[in-house]
Amino acid sequence: MDAVALKARRKRRDLFLQGLLVVSVALVIWVAVSTAQTKLTELNMASGFGFLERATGWAYSFSLIDRSIDDSYSRTLLIGFMNTLFLGLICIVLSTILGFAIGTARDARQLGFNAFATVYIQLFRNLPLILQLVFWYAVLIHMPGPRQAFSLGDAVFLSNRGLMLPALNVSPGVVLGLFAGLVLLGVVIFRLKSLHFLQKLGLWLIAGFVLTLGVASIFAPADASIFSIPAQKGLRFQGGLTVSIELVAMILAITLYGSAYIAEVVRGGLHEVPSGLTEAGKALGLSSRSIWFHIKMPMALRTIMPPLGNQWIFIMKATTLGVAIGFSDLFYIVSTSITQSGQTLELMGLLMLSFLLINYSLAQIVNFINARLALKGH
Amino acid sequence: MAIASDYSGAPDWFGQLANTFKRRAFRSPSDTLTSVFIFGLMLYMAWLLLDWAILSAVWRAEDVGQCAEAGGACWSVIAARHRLILFGLYPFDLHWRSTLACVAIIVTVVLSCLPHFWSTSKLVTLWIVGFGTYVLLMDGTLLGQPQVTTDQWGGLALTLFMFSSVVLLGMPMGLLLALARRSNLPVVRGAASLLIDFIRSLPLLTTLFAAAVVIPLLLPDWLNGDKIWRVIIGFALFFACYQAEVFRGGFQAIPKGQFEAGKALGLTAFQILSRIIMPQVFRHALPSTINMVVVTFKETAIVIIIGFFDVLASANAAFGTVEWAPYYIEVYAFVGAIYWIFIFSLSQYGEYLKRRMSVAKR
Repeated sequence: MDAVALKARRKRRDLFLQGLLVVSVALVIWVAVSTAQTKLTELNMASGFGFLERATGWAYSFSLIDRSIDDSYSRTLLIGFMNTLFLGLICIVLSTILGFAIGTARDARQLGFNAFATVYIQLFRNLPLILQLVFWYAVLIHMPGPRQAFSLGDAVFLSNRGLMLPALNVSPGVVLGLFAGLVLLGVVIFRLKSLHFLQKLGLWLIAGFVLTLGVASIFAPADASIFSIPAQKGLRFQGGLTVSIELVAMILAITLYGSAYIAEVVRGGLHEVPSGLTEAGKALGLSSRSIWFHIKMPMALRTIMPPLGNQWIFIMKATTLGVAIGFSDLFYIVSTSITQSGQTLELMGLLMLSFLLINYSLAQIVNFINARLALKGH
Repeated sequence: MAIASDYSGAPDWFGQLANTFKRRAFRSPSDTLTSVFIFGLMLYMAWLLLDWAILSAVWRAEDVGQCAEAGGACWSVIAARHRLILFGLYPFDLHWRSTLACVAIIVTVVLSCLPHFWSTSKLVTLWIVGFGTYVLLMDGTLLGQPQVTTDQWGGLALTLFMFSSVVLLGMPMGLLLALARRSNLPVVRGAASLLIDFIRSLPLLTTLFAAAVVIPLLLPDWLNGDKIWRVIIGFALFFACYQAEVFRGGFQAIPKGQFEAGKALGLTAFQILSRIIMPQVFRHALPSTINMVVVTFKETAIVIIIGFFDVLASANAAFGTVEWAPYYIEVYAFVGAIYWIFIFSLSQYGEYLKRRMSVAKR
């Protein structure tokens, strides 16, 4: 056989193999769809998204907005989605801050910091997240009741009813507006050209603090102070902000676990910075703080960012464990909806779509940061 | 520094340690103050832990009455309920079978860490023998023992079963997916990439839940099988998609010239893969593979949510009675210690391999 015939044979074989794959995938999908149709007809279930407008009729633990058991499925699912985003963002922020601190300590010359960070990382990284979660939840449930609540300066209380914090004395709408204002402020400040990244961060924090206080003093009721501080009234607490123990346990567990992983990422990034650069900094007489801020961190951030993005996505996915302790995240809402309404396929589709959306957006954010961090001309 | 001490046989490790402390903990007064404070705090916490866990602890199941007064841990709950935690609802008289089965899996994992077993054929044989031993012992029919069906398997034994079957099934699936992803047929490549990226962007819980709840709707009844097998296959698919990316990293480390050299010698595609490429891919991918195996073991704990009686579920059951309810911390500490020892030693081993390989590269 000559080369042309061999090539043609190879091409035919390739086409045949790919055709086989397409046909078999199509066959599997056809079997799945037709089986699902017969089974749903047997069960007398209507497929489609009509159920989204029906009232759910069941209660759940946590929501950022008003809820009732008469809410429609679409509103309940939206609440679940918001809870997942809310919990995920809190955990991402907290574990990133903590992870950078622990990771820096792990890389430190000081042996004490180093030993502490090592113990922290090895302890929290090598235990399953769900074990840590149910452990913290059990500990919080066994806390004393409101009468014997642990208190910190008579402003923060911890009992088996949750964590009571002082809060701004404003309505939820104002908080939302304030949040949008803070984000906007951040965008404006971070677009400034002349300042260094950490200067921008500091400026944003200070300006945000001032803005918050200003808004709170304008919108607070005339007869009350800016802050609402929890106070014990009989068996309950009044005023302030109550964080339920489910949410406390979720934040605690995910933050400890996530920060241990992020600390390893940060340590790896700092370790990659050539020692010649830090030595050059020392030779120039820079303090170790300046070396960290102006040499080590800016260099390390470029290696840290991609794996850090993966950790953020992991944290978002980890919120699904809320179902183990009854925190109403998206997965909890979806699985309860499935048991209650039986619309398995539609609800699973929505769940998967939501996570694809969340992960895609996070990946876009990470890409954006990566692009900003990239050295010009490299 | 570290390397020097590795090869010098450590004649003066105490001197080196003192030197390290002098340089890194007591260099200046403020340095000393920080060190004393942190080490003091850590020693104090270690002492509290030691006191709680050992010195003031109550050990025997009969002594549970003393637990209320004793300041330390009440290990009576473990003494009384450890069989429930380890073996779940497995028939009490047959626990020796469950014990041996767990030992078989642990021995398999430990043996596959030894360089002697690092060839494809040996590893495959080892895992099939280890897993087969486990199933033979747990099920018992073929040994002429009373049969125990999978719904009675539980506790640590079930956790180890899920872990080992996920790794055993997921490894070849991951290899196939990795090969499909670098195939030169666009349809095969596209399908593999789509599957890998799709599964990887979903939480594991979603995949497992889909396997447990959605698949029965989509497949004809005769194809459905047990829930446990559906969940294991779903978990294995998840493992495979991550492992495929690990293998891809291994493939990328191999210079293209090696494929071309193989072709020039007239080897078939299969020969090139199995004789030249794969041995190197396995070698490169080994540390990350160990890492994946460790993560998988850790994530196995999640199956409690899908309703399996794994070690975490049996731990919850162990303090589920009124008598033992106050000692939940001891039970979680016990289960945590099992997980921690397993995961810590495996991941330290992975780190050691990574270091050893980077030395070899230099």
